[in-house]
Amino acid sequence: MILEQIVAILDGDFLTRQNHRQKNVQTGCGCDLMSDVLAFIKRDALLLTGLTNTQVIRTAEMADIQAVCFVRGKKPTKEVIALAEEKEITLLATSLPLFEACGRLYRSGLAGCSEYED
Amino acid sequence: MARTKEVTRVQELIYEMKVGQVMSTEVITVDLDSQMSNLRNLLGEKRISGVPVMDNEQLVGMVSIEDFITCLADRNSDCSVREQMSRDVKTLYDTDPLVHAVQEFERHGYGRFPVINRETGKLAGIITKGDIVRGLLNKMEIDYHEEETQRRLIDRSFEEIITEKTRFTLRYDIVGKDFNRAGETSSKLKEALKRMGIPPDILRRVAIATYEAEMNTVIYTSGGKLAARITPDEIAVEVQDSGPGIKDIDKAMKPGFSTATDQVRELGFGAGMGLPNIKKCADQMQLESTIGEGTRLKFSVHIKRSEDHGTNNHR
Repeated sequence: MILEQIVAILDGDFLTRQNHRQKNVQTGCGCDLMSDVLAFIKRDALLLTGLTNTQVIRTAEMADIQAVCFVRGKKPTKEVIALAEEKEITLLATSLPLFEACGRLYRSGLAGCSEYED
Repeated sequence: MARTKEVTRVQELIYEMKVGQVMSTEVITVDLDSQMSNLRNLLGEKRISGVPVMDNEQLVGMVSIEDFITCLADRNSDCSVREQMSRDVKTLYDTDPLVHAVQEFERHGYGRFPVINRETGKLAGIITKGDIVRGLLNKMEIDYHEEETQRRLIDRSFEEIITEKTRFTLRYDIVGKDFNRAGETSSKLKEALKRMGIPPDILRRVAIATYEAEMNTVIYTSGGKLAARITPDEIAVEVQDSGPGIKDIDKAMKPGFSTATDQVRELGFGAGMGLPNIKKCADQMQLESTIGEGTRLKFSVHIKRSEDHGTNNHR
């Protein structure tokens, strides 16, 4: 599913400046525990989380996560956005809670981590 | 940390460059049905010691000056390439990294390897140690045209420049208790390995395991050291700290067990998944810890090849 579609489904916004609207993600993962993310997420995924610190970007970098969507209207600091831009990780934001954001994407056909083999 | 300490250009290039980039594409070959006496002229003329044997554009063997001598010793008369060639041909693919070629030269002691195009399965070129040295110098824009320099470099430096540098260690310091900078070391290591062309799945496993190890060091200790040893076969990482040590390693290895503070949990860590995660990503893992002295974690990820390169019997 491309990021442009995801932003539309979540009534969200892009936070990073790069034009990654056509970037494709294969699966989604909703989680606030970065260690769990590192253990279970597949490559080329979208991570939905309520955490906004640097470690979220580092986690995305290490696990080859393509995009991160911050839920519940949370916004990261400028420094966090800059790090994501440097690492070419796209950041999105939505005011929806985690469960609803994941639910909408799943209903629209984005697979979960356990359903996708990379 | 100084760039020279991280990785030199040659080290990067050996992992980054492919056989296809340095091989000679003008390959002198002989036909399966030709006679050994023709070979003598060919080898003499071109000043080479061995050539691939072809049958309808397919590589079917290699024939060398030794085969020619054997033929003379045995028969004292002419004989066919078909009878004398060796059919057990070791080949390389054009997409193989140079580091793999270097290893194969060391392993088999051959002077040259035929190179196969991975897509078509056909002979694409031939590679010698000299081609590798020339390719590297070329890429680094070092002028090797002066014949003396070239010969000296190729004769002496293959082992020096290449063999030594296929095994090396990258070293980093990890700053303890600084949660903003946590992950920087793993990021640097991942970048360096990526430049070296380490395959993405291997890269990802090393990065995740290193990051978990780095987080543990940042969370629980006042800092430590990370060393990543790169060889053609594996990436071995060692993280050492002089922190408080782990009381019960078996317990620490259990998913969900954690002694982390709330501050750490707020960062998204401390869920008791760190060490199990490292174990999951690594092919081997070893953890030693002494209370009051510190912890030493070693893990390694093997670099698998996409295919076995052993014997390449085309017939």
